[in-house]
Amino acid sequence: MMDQIAEQISLIGQRIPKPDGAAKVLGRTQYINDMVLHRMLIGKILRTDRVHARILRLDISKAAALPGVHAVITGDDTPMIGIGVNKDNPPLKSGTVRCIRDEIAAVAAETEAIADQALALIEVEYEDLPAVFDPAEALEDSAPQLHEDKPGNVGLSYNISYGDIAAGEAESDVVLDETYDLHYVTHCCMGPGCVLAEFDAMGKLTIYSQTQYPYNFKMDLAPTLGIHPGDIRVIQPPVGGAFGSKLDVYPFEPICAFLAQKTRRPVKLVFSREEEFIASPTRQPVRAHIRAGAKKDGTLTFRDVNCLLNNGGYTSWGATVPYVMMRTFSGHFRVPNVEFKSTAVYTNNPFAGSFRGYGNVQATYVTATLMDKMAEAVGMNPIAFRLKNAQEPGEVTPQGSLLKDCALADCITIAAEKTDFLKIYAANAKVETGRYRRGIGIATSLHNAGGAKIHKSDGCGTILTMDDYARVTLITGASEIGQGIDAVITQIVAEELGVPMASITIVNDDSAIGPWDVGVHASRTTFIAGNGARRAAIKAKAQILAAASKEANVPAEEMELRGGHVVQSDNGVSIIRLDRLLRAMHFAGEDAELVMVTDYYEPPSEPEGDNHYGDMSAAYAHAAYVAEVEVDTMTGHVRVEKMTVVQDVGRVVNGLGIEGQIEGGIAMSIGYGLTEDLRIEKGIVKNPSFRDYKVATAPEMPEIAYHFIENDTPEGPFGAKGIAELPAIVPAPAIANAVYNAIGVRFDNPPITPEKVARALHGGQDGGDQ
Amino acid sequence: MSSELEISFILNGQARSLIVAPSAVALSVLRDDFDLTAAKKACGEGECGACTIIVDGASVCSCILYAADLDGRNVQTVEGLDAGDTLDPVQAAFIETGAVQCGYCTPGMVMQIKHLLAENPDPDEAAIRRGLEGNICRCTGYSKIIDAVKSAAITMRAG
Repeated sequence: MMDQIAEQISLIGQRIPKPDGAAKVLGRTQYINDMVLHRMLIGKILRTDRVHARILRLDISKAAALPGVHAVITGDDTPMIGIGVNKDNPPLKSGTVRCIRDEIAAVAAETEAIADQALALIEVEYEDLPAVFDPAEALEDSAPQLHEDKPGNVGLSYNISYGDIAAGEAESDVVLDETYDLHYVTHCCMGPGCVLAEFDAMGKLTIYSQTQYPYNFKMDLAPTLGIHPGDIRVIQPPVGGAFGSKLDVYPFEPICAFLAQKTRRPVKLVFSREEEFIASPTRQPVRAHIRAGAKKDGTLTFRDVNCLLNNGGYTSWGATVPYVMMRTFSGHFRVPNVEFKSTAVYTNNPFAGSFRGYGNVQATYVTATLMDKMAEAVGMNPIAFRLKNAQEPGEVTPQGSLLKDCALADCITIAAEKTDFLKIYAANAKVETGRYRRGIGIATSLHNAGGAKIHKSDGCGTILTMDDYARVTLITGASEIGQGIDAVITQIVAEELGVPMASITIVNDDSAIGPWDVGVHASRTTFIAGNGARRAAIKAKAQILAAASKEANVPAEEMELRGGHVVQSDNGVSIIRLDRLLRAMHFAGEDAELVMVTDYYEPPSEPEGDNHYGDMSAAYAHAAYVAEVEVDTMTGHVRVEKMTVVQDVGRVVNGLGIEGQIEGGIAMSIGYGLTEDLRIEKGIVKNPSFRDYKVATAPEMPEIAYHFIENDTPEGPFGAKGIAELPAIVPAPAIANAVYNAIGVRFDNPPITPEKVARALHGGQDGGDQ
Repeated sequence: MSSELEISFILNGQARSLIVAPSAVALSVLRDDFDLTAAKKACGEGECGACTIIVDGASVCSCILYAADLDGRNVQTVEGLDAGDTLDPVQAAFIETGAVQCGYCTPGMVMQIKHLLAENPDPDEAAIRRGLEGNICRCTGYSKIIDAVKSAAITMRAG
């Protein structure tokens, strides 16, 4: 008797809990911070207390003699081979220190207390050197030079030019000239930086790492250790947050490996929270000078942008954020003439890395507030002005991004309608009295949503196997860093193979098993790894249906997989149970086969050339967020009451996951706009604690209203686009625009703290730009 | 004179005794002496709530509580909820509403909410937000955690 298998409700768009949720709520999840290996030692790093100095004497003898200490290493024992984007940062510094986080020695000891005691016994004498902290000052001829091979302190420069700025300016009726100072913020991952390293008897390194790019991590780590990348195995236990902070090799990782190599024992190194604030990368601070013009009818004429980036003492990804900034300045709204120049300048500050949103947080703060200023200058409302300059589907930006399904105008129109924007905006602007004033503001942006081909490949490998019980193991190169890719991949594979989600195991925590992936960044993982998983599942399905066709003598195209069975497509009648078929395939004598497929998905995008031109993503997405705020004009406190999210997501895959990403992004962006400020004064981090560095807490979260635009982007998995950075990018400038609507003051120097607001309203220094 | 103290307390329902240094904090004792690693050290100064446990019915940051002060107390950690065949309603709600992302703050959040709902079985939105104020989450933006509290409160009131 044959069962009829009911048609399954599609999993795509459902609200699917994360498969790692149970272990996490039960407290069973073991992070590296929780791990203990046999004979494991504890590593600790001694950092300098100077911002720029020559090391005259570094005496480790007392520390090395302390019982329980197994190794003390310095830059004299370890290779001076730099890590980071410019390879300018040797893990342990020898000779000169250039910023307050500089690592000068490290110990491995039997306990944390002994390690701390050993650090205190290390004697250092310095000769202080002249220091420089401001990037403009660091460019002056008389400035101290930080790196011998970087004359003039210039780290990295990016320049693009399209059209004719002078011609654009000549036809402008309005020209604005604005300077923005975009500040230091930091990731504040709840799990502090941590690594555990161990060498095996053959001299191969196993590193338990929080990295979010395990495969290129090997390539970047190997040279400084003097070993072959192939001799590094990266294991990725669950990680307590990443947000871009783990996209590079940082000194503590090779230092831990050096300690493990020297002691021939496993060594674990965990940051304190203070160390996390001081010695993990920040978001890139940017001083942006922009001149921009428009005609009376609202047509944008030109943008001329000059950015100075404080590079700090060394170079990680922070200095490369212009890659993304320039795409926004040139490509967000139709701008016929664009020049963008940026210079990252070495100073004696700590340095920046990559951070969710990359340079687009900075570029969008500028462009989205400048669009409002420009609208006012030409006498248009913020909605009409934006719609006037919004691109149509199919337009190509000056840098070659093909906006094939551009939803910018839709985003703006829907955001305005859903919030009754124009009416509220006009009403708020009229109110000039009263302690509490309300404001509404809109901001939009554009971000890559189908990967970002910044390396030679933007691909992801996938291996799918099925066992004799129809259980699926899906091995993907893409990492789970808490964001929920395991849930998305489980849904996609279950959808294609018609098996329960509980029958799928995702494996993505071991570089010795997983196939290559470029890393979790650039809002790419659902798109790229999702496509890879789907393609692998489709290949597996084809193999299964071919075997079923042979077994049951029914053409493959007349069958499908449903509810753990192979069924007839037309009536859903089961032809054979899937596990039985798999066993039949497996034990078929000479024709035996396993379902065991591989896929390497390379998105159809092109790398940027040296001229920064190229269609670098397989999809782009826009978003328009509307913030509604209340400003207390007495205290200067800004409260975000509501955030309306209108975002082109292509297609929602996991309702819970997408909202979770957006809500987390909004919290982060509220922090960027209102409260978070890593204060670095003369190279010293002044507020390295959660007491003095304020991230958003539960009472500060606004009501959030969603409107997703779902147009099924052609290349996306089930039409989905990448979504997770725009929520961290767009809210802050929407809030800034809302604050202006409330009190008529612009703040081009976030965060918009109560102090700044109160000073702007009641006098005093450091207010906004009235 | 001994520089160490003997303490006895109830830990997740079981009587336990051990010798601790006067300077030892509760979090280290739980993690290092009892292998209870759910409570996390994320700031070490009582600012983030990732180490929250319940002591005599009150939620406390175990990273700034002397282990010596556990003497004679009733101590609960998330591991103590991992007992029966079914999940605790707060934990079930966390999974169901999507309140977990990286999970590092989760055990502390769960214990804070256990305490919150024990004190106030029917908290309004403002009370929930105030109750979570001392627990930092960098992933979720709190919305789903607030949803989880509401959902767990309904389940628990229904008994």
